[in-house]
Amino acid sequence: MSEQKLAVNEYLKTDSDFLRGTIKEGLATQVTGSFCEGDQQLIKFHGFYQQDDRDLRNERKAQKLEPLHSFMLRARVPGGVCTPQQWLDVDRISSTLTTSNSIRLTTRQTFQYHGIPKRNLKTLIQGLDQTALDSIAACGDVNRNVMCNPNPVQSQLHQQAYQVAKELSDHLLPHTHAYAEIWLDKDKLVDTQTREPVYGHTYLPRKFKMAVAVPPDNDVDVYTNDLGLIAIAQDGELVGFNLTAGGGMGSTHGDVETFPRLADNLGFIYTKDVIKFAEAIMKIQRDWGNRVNRRRARLKYTIVDNGFDKFKAEVESRAGVKFEPMREAVIGDRGDRYGWVEGIDGKWHLTLYIESGRIKDVEGKMLQTGLREIAKVHKGDFRMTSNQNMIIAGVDAADKDQIEGLARQHGFFGKVISQTRGHSIACVALPTCPLAMAEAERYFPDFIDHVDRLQQKHGIAEQAIVVRMTGCPNGCARPFAAEIGLVGKAPGRYNLYLGASFEGTRLNKMHKENIQEAEILSELDQLFEQYAQQRNAGETFGNFTVRTGIVKAVHDAAKDFHG
Amino acid sequence: MLLKELSALASPLSQGQVEKLKQLTAQLTPVQQAWVSGYLAANANQANADVNLPQADSSPTLTILYGSQTGNGHGIAQSLAEKAQSQGYAVNLSSMGDYNVRQLKQESLLLLVVSTHGEGEAPDDAIELHQFLASKRAPKLEQLHFSVLALGDSSYEFFCQTGKDFDQRLRALGANALTELIECDVDYEEQAQQWQTQVIDAVKPLLQTSSASVVPISQAQSATSQYSKQAPYTAEILVSQKLTGRDSDRDVRHVEIDLADSGIQYQVGDALGIWFSNNPQLVNEVLTSLSLSGDEQVQVKNASMTLRDALLNVKELTQLYPGFIEQWAQLSADNNLLALIEDKVQTRQFMLKHQVVDLIQSSPASTTAQAFVDLLRPLTPRLYSIASSQAEVDTEVHLTVALVEDERQGQARFGGASHFLASATEGQQVKVYVEPNKHFRLPENPDTDVIMIGPGTGVAPFRAFMQQRSVDGASGNNWLFFGNPHFEQDFLYQTEWQQYLKNGELNQLDVAFSRDQADKVYVQHRITEQGAQIWQWLQDGAHLYICGDAERMAKDVHQALIDVAQLHGALSADDAAAYLDTLRADKRYQKDVY
Repeated sequence: MSEQKLAVNEYLKTDSDFLRGTIKEGLATQVTGSFCEGDQQLIKFHGFYQQDDRDLRNERKAQKLEPLHSFMLRARVPGGVCTPQQWLDVDRISSTLTTSNSIRLTTRQTFQYHGIPKRNLKTLIQGLDQTALDSIAACGDVNRNVMCNPNPVQSQLHQQAYQVAKELSDHLLPHTHAYAEIWLDKDKLVDTQTREPVYGHTYLPRKFKMAVAVPPDNDVDVYTNDLGLIAIAQDGELVGFNLTAGGGMGSTHGDVETFPRLADNLGFIYTKDVIKFAEAIMKIQRDWGNRVNRRRARLKYTIVDNGFDKFKAEVESRAGVKFEPMREAVIGDRGDRYGWVEGIDGKWHLTLYIESGRIKDVEGKMLQTGLREIAKVHKGDFRMTSNQNMIIAGVDAADKDQIEGLARQHGFFGKVISQTRGHSIACVALPTCPLAMAEAERYFPDFIDHVDRLQQKHGIAEQAIVVRMTGCPNGCARPFAAEIGLVGKAPGRYNLYLGASFEGTRLNKMHKENIQEAEILSELDQLFEQYAQQRNAGETFGNFTVRTGIVKAVHDAAKDFHG
Repeated sequence: MLLKELSALASPLSQGQVEKLKQLTAQLTPVQQAWVSGYLAANANQANADVNLPQADSSPTLTILYGSQTGNGHGIAQSLAEKAQSQGYAVNLSSMGDYNVRQLKQESLLLLVVSTHGEGEAPDDAIELHQFLASKRAPKLEQLHFSVLALGDSSYEFFCQTGKDFDQRLRALGANALTELIECDVDYEEQAQQWQTQVIDAVKPLLQTSSASVVPISQAQSATSQYSKQAPYTAEILVSQKLTGRDSDRDVRHVEIDLADSGIQYQVGDALGIWFSNNPQLVNEVLTSLSLSGDEQVQVKNASMTLRDALLNVKELTQLYPGFIEQWAQLSADNNLLALIEDKVQTRQFMLKHQVVDLIQSSPASTTAQAFVDLLRPLTPRLYSIASSQAEVDTEVHLTVALVEDERQGQARFGGASHFLASATEGQQVKVYVEPNKHFRLPENPDTDVIMIGPGTGVAPFRAFMQQRSVDGASGNNWLFFGNPHFEQDFLYQTEWQQYLKNGELNQLDVAFSRDQADKVYVQHRITEQGAQIWQWLQDGAHLYICGDAERMAKDVHQALIDVAQLHGALSADDAAAYLDTLRADKRYQKDVY
């Protein structure tokens, strides 16, 4: 291994002086709106990506202008919870420092800003800092934003689970002072090698994702994460977690060495041992992960390549604690509960559907203004969901009418959301995402209109089907865990995947490759017809396609996702 | 002068030489002739440097000096020199900027053509002579006979001020006026012709015809083509590409024009004159407002044409002048207009914001086709600083054109030439000529550093400079200051500068985007920020160039440079200003401002 040439990013990290690189110099140059190539990798660790408006590339080239560069910054908001004051600040920053005039809720329970000019980055990050938010490690080869089921119906259990998510996030945060120095003008600290006690100076080989699920909800899609924690309660009190490891969506078209994968069950652990286990697993990945080929650098490949048993034994050895057998847990719905729900503590929670998570003012749907007006009067908190929706949480019964009135007034209840639409998500894709090969967010609402019509045509509109669309196979909207997954190949062309379970416990498999809308819809038309006629009572669409042999079930992704 | 008219009498050649020249030229194509003309001019220049030309006999020399920013003054002076030479007079033609002021007391005949710049200031190349005449060092000039032709724009408050100054100062120094001061407005051609005849008649008694007249010391530059302002070349437009982004509030074009086999040569720093036609829609609007059809026959000078044709191709519609407003005020008897013309400053403001069509719409009056045409000025070509080097683009010439656009009561109003160029399609014809600007030249020594300050379309000649320096492999350092409202939308030629930076050919690029932050930041602020380094470059011999807006930018930059000299050179305010004057006199500080 030592003689093998490592992936380019490995040298970048090593030479970056703990993620500093030449970001400061890059910020100072006014000749370009971009950072140099090396820094473009490092800025991810600071929470943002360089992008450009791909719709304008050719036009601007002819105008002798560089691409319209801007930055997408993702905040770190463990569990997706923020206060009304924080939301007001987040909202103000979006209006004053970004050009997208929107806030984008993500599939990892945080928000993104799009269209930040380079010159505004520092002011923006300082603005977040002033409201106790940051973007440290929101991207990059580190532990990303930790997800946690946000639906606080079981208020006490949720609160305990959320605390664990927050502790994990805090504990596994990079220790480098680079962020404070570059963005917050803090003094440079004396460098010591012990500054990254968990990560070391090369950080992880690849990104690392964690989620905490509170059964029976599986909105966080726990098995798609590198590390999953399924909360186990006794008498309404959290006692520990079923731990899962080795999930992940990203893959590369045409490279069968890469594949999406759902996590393996490791066993039950007690709450007090969570940090020990999480750190042990991250360190194994740090030491064993593939640093030569970034396409095969996630934990899932480390487990496949080393074998599950060896991995599990190493986890126990490093944690110094043995796993107990998995406790019984029901993994249920991945959707959100729209509308009002009452928690066991008597507080009310309003989940608002936000199409593709895009909070923006358009005529008749003044979502950004609406949330601002709600934030001005709301006394509870805001919770971003992994389905890109927003929960106005902790509302006193007396305040329900006011909150709902504001939501109605600003168009949140504009149209009836079908079961399928309510369970479906899309990534951002074009025009800003540099990885996108096809449309997702901009096209998805129309696509779901078609799906809704087909479901109505076949009388299956009451059945929720999890549909997910992404512009590329990196999987931001977790398309390989969808009953109907559409993954972009080229403009207007998608691979169609079928056969995942409704609950997110089984992956899907490719059914048709590189097809266009007409063919996708005619295929779905036929499948829905069969489903309407032949389904068993209560049988979900994903299970139906597997039972009837339309696609083969994927049990072990390394072996049976491809072929 | 046409060849068939060439005779030994009117040229410095012998009859035998004239015959040989006639034989040779008969065999040459126009392109070959143009080339030979350039070759001979360069040859003559060489000879000038090497040999002392035989001095003319004791007959006094007619010294013709010009000072002008646009080239109009140069044109008049050149034409006067040719006329005088054809009379057999010894002539010394020179830019004021090249003239050695100490020679003044030896002169006996001095003819000056000088324009006035901005708010009554002397043009750059006239500053030194202008200051000298007002200074204590100015000698008595009782031996001197002189005449001044002043060029100006009567819409400005200080009309022809510099010409007036020259006239008054020469008189005060005891010099004898051959004619009264001639004050020319924007349509100067006729008056200039008259003046030329007048002064040549006036100097006759003072001069004896010389058979060995001195060749004018006009540079062997650019003017090697047979094309001129009066006889422009009809070129094709290759490209009119928008340079500003889609969200920009301005429309700036990169225009490429094909000079094909015209033989036209230009140097970086030169300007291109553009003859344009008025927008047909605008002409229609004018005709409608006047209730005229356009088919009416009118006389313009000695030519007969339709009114429509006159408005399209011969008359100025997009720039107002005070005379028109005055006459229209009388015609329409509009009280507002009548009040307006009493106030020069107000009139000037009004002119900048209105066109002929606005006036005839807001203050209707009835007039005939001929009377209307007579009110209008002749169409004048517009000059654009050339944005390319022939070393790089060969037979093309590139321009950077800001579309002048405005809106009045929902109606779009455009600048005449900029709209013509911005809306041009590939292959469209345009009449062009080169207007040399020898006061905006790269250093002769390629090792010399240059600092180029060119916000907005002022960046155009610096694109030409960089092309030239790049092809030449010039080893001097290059530093560009650029500014505009928005980084994303208005960074003219951004990718080209980035490439030059990457290659190391552009050493430094400082930009100021005024509207991208709360405080407006302009190039002069960047100059202040970089003061220490600028001072160092100047100590190392760098040349300074400014191109762009004259009214504000060039003044602010000049002040910033004075501040730099004060702060980093530890000079007093006066010494700092004098330092820049010295740079200018040494041709190390050159401006192309408008």
